[in-house]
Amino acid sequence: MPPPSAFDASPAPRPGNEADALQLDADVLVLGGGPAGTWAAISAAAGGARVILADKGWCGASGATAPSGTGVWYVPPQPELREEARASRESLGGFLSERLWMDRVLDRTYANMAQIAEWGYPFPVDEEGKQARRSLQGPEYMRLMRRQVIAAGVRILDHSPALELLSDDHGVAGAAGIERRSGRRWRVKANAVVIATGGCAFLSKALGCDVLTGDGGLMAAEVGADFSGMEFSNAYGISPAFASVTKTAFYRYATFYHGDGRVLEGAGSAKGRSIIARTLLSEPVFAQLDQAHEGLRESLRKSQPNFFLPFDKAGIDPLTQRFPVTMRLEGTVRGTGGIRLANAECATGVPGLYAAGDAATRELICGGFTGGGSHNAAWAMSSGYWAGGGAAAHARSLGASAATRTPKGAGRAALRSAGGERTLDHHAVVKAVQDEVFPYDRNLFRSTAKLNDSLGRLDQVWQQVQDHPADTVRDLVRGREAAAMTATARWMYTTARERRETRGMHKHEDFHDQDPSQRRRLVTSGIDVISVRAESGSGPVQAPAQLAGAAP
Amino acid sequence: MIELVSRDRCVSCDICVKVCPTQVFDPGLDGVPVIARQEDCQTCFMCEAYCPADALYVAPDADHPVQVEESALIAAGKLGKYRASLGWGTGRVSTAQQDDSYRILALSERLAPKKAAAASHPSAPA
Ligand SMILES: Cc1cc2nc3c(=O)[nH]c(=O)nc-3n(C[C@H](O)[C@H](O)[C@H](O)COP(=O)(O)OP(=O)(O)OC[C@H]3O[C@@H](n4cnc5c(N)ncnc54)[C@H](O)[C@@H]3O)c2cc1C
Ligand code: SF4
Ligand code: SF4
Repeated sequence: MPPPSAFDASPAPRPGNEADALQLDADVLVLGGGPAGTWAAISAAAGGARVILADKGWCGASGATAPSGTGVWYVPPQPELREEARASRESLGGFLSERLWMDRVLDRTYANMAQIAEWGYPFPVDEEGKQARRSLQGPEYMRLMRRQVIAAGVRILDHSPALELLSDDHGVAGAAGIERRSGRRWRVKANAVVIATGGCAFLSKALGCDVLTGDGGLMAAEVGADFSGMEFSNAYGISPAFASVTKTAFYRYATFYHGDGRVLEGAGSAKGRSIIARTLLSEPVFAQLDQAHEGLRESLRKSQPNFFLPFDKAGIDPLTQRFPVTMRLEGTVRGTGGIRLANAECATGVPGLYAAGDAATRELICGGFTGGGSHNAAWAMSSGYWAGGGAAAHARSLGASAATRTPKGAGRAALRSAGGERTLDHHAVVKAVQDEVFPYDRNLFRSTAKLNDSLGRLDQVWQQVQDHPADTVRDLVRGREAAAMTATARWMYTTARERRETRGMHKHEDFHDQDPSQRRRLVTSGIDVISVRAESGSGPVQAPAQLAGAAP
Repeated sequence: MIELVSRDRCVSCDICVKVCPTQVFDPGLDGVPVIARQEDCQTCFMCEAYCPADALYVAPDADHPVQVEESALIAAGKLGKYRASLGWGTGRVSTAQQDDSYRILALSERLAPKKAAAASHPSAPA
């Protein structure tokens, strides 16, 4: 780090007055500018809406996809290929997914990838001269998406985290937040809002994930939205122990080792991830991609330049040298739980509120596990597309402009104190939450006793986030993030406690087997008091007949 | 974490200030951005990808700051390497079109018998 310079001393900005807030109105407001948010904004604009997109970071560089990149669930519309694609996911996800949703996502993804090609994404060309559209490199994809959002006439507010939703008697009517550098508040009235703020990775430093603290979930819960699949929120990504790069695909070519060079039997990036985690509890684990044969090596490098980045910088050749590994929590980023969807347009059931991408539940297409096959990327672009269209249609149906509404802020925790004089210590809250959700022997290997024990402490932490926010912009945003992380952890573990079996990524030490009688999704509601119920009936999200009629 | 803004190389465009998702930099009064909140760095390398002057260095270490020496980094060709590997910058062509993922996927699908793919064995998350 360079020596601190004389210019270093700029004072930390303070939040501006409500009266000086940037006041805007739109038909649709999109929160989050990753794949889901950018697709939502473009699709809403195509539906004739005036659209504003606010991102906590910089739309194009922020979120999980931008610095990493994704394989995409891209399957040509041949019946046998589609059948294979659907079937391969069902048992893995514990049979909680729905074929109609899989079909819709496969169709939509196929179409959206063609659109991306038309926009000029430089897909590789295969031996037959056809574009190979199975993967998107993050920096390139998201740079392109930013350009398309701007070309669609969408106004982007960068470095402008949303802090709370606005609502009135007719439902959600916009959101309010703050511009981080200036401290100026913003308030956008809109007839429909799309939450596309990504998942929650609990500030684990997994690649690109520190902006993903579950803010959208908390905002949605504050206006009464429900969650689904919150027990499936314990995804961990393998990375070099020192680095952030949790790109795990190439670990299929790895052998894992003990420190003394013995092979760690049974360890692997897929099924054997538990063995790696158990071993990491007591000793370091090493890996080497020694199963990648000579002919493959060049291909690996060309496919994922950023996988090799930390190794090149550290002077390690992962193909020929051993390096220590760790597993970083990616929570709901590569878990499947999120805001529950009420229909095919990704409405949440709260009037005017839509959700897409990692912020929304992905159980509909992959049940309780997002293994390989790149469902997350397909889901983000598909659900974003639908949510944007649905939001535009809803805004249109209200007729009058949102400018005439007089909504109020719905945010509570870490924004509006319940009283008391204490100032919120967000560092302490973050640490306390991480202590409950990071450990493999709590979150990956669960038991009723451990869940109860963690929930007891998390309930205490939830009291702490009722304290007054501190007085800089950074503390305000951090405090709200800490509250969202706490809420997410409580939804996760409260729901996990109700699933008394092992299914999908939810591994229960007291109940090792999948129990056929528990083959149903769990719906979670509430903030201060949390309740969990089983979703009833078949095809619970929307009757298949209705779904089949909806636009793919 | 971000460790270096090269004063020699920086052309004061403030692109890094703009693109960093976690607001690590502040604009410097002398034009060279300052690393104002290093502890907020998420080691995502996006600033390196976008810096037009190859003036930034993000060390691979995500959890702790480390010491770096600019001259040593230059000698080892480490400044601007990521940007080059993406094919970003004037006169370069995006390397996304060399993405061999489809070949790797085809290979692993050929190796894995179809039955196994459909069984309860998870394939590696990407
Ligand atoms: C290392 C890694 C590799 C992955 N590889 C694959 C893969 O190969 N295949 C696959 O399918 N999936 C993969 N995933 C998952 C995939 O990246 C995500 O599913 C995808 O990015 C989700 O898109 P999103 O738009 O919902 O969220 P994100 O891309 O995470 O974007 C969320 C956006 O919301 C913004 N935001 C957050 N809070 C606020 C707020 N309060 N106000 C305003 N904006 C806010 C953030 O700044 C960010 O820009 C990977 C994930 C990681 C971490
Ligand atoms: S992006 Fe590079 S050249 Fe531009 S201000 Fe930052 S360090 Fe300087
Ligand atoms: S590596 Fe990422 S988080 Fe760190 S300074 Fe660069 S852009 Fe910001």
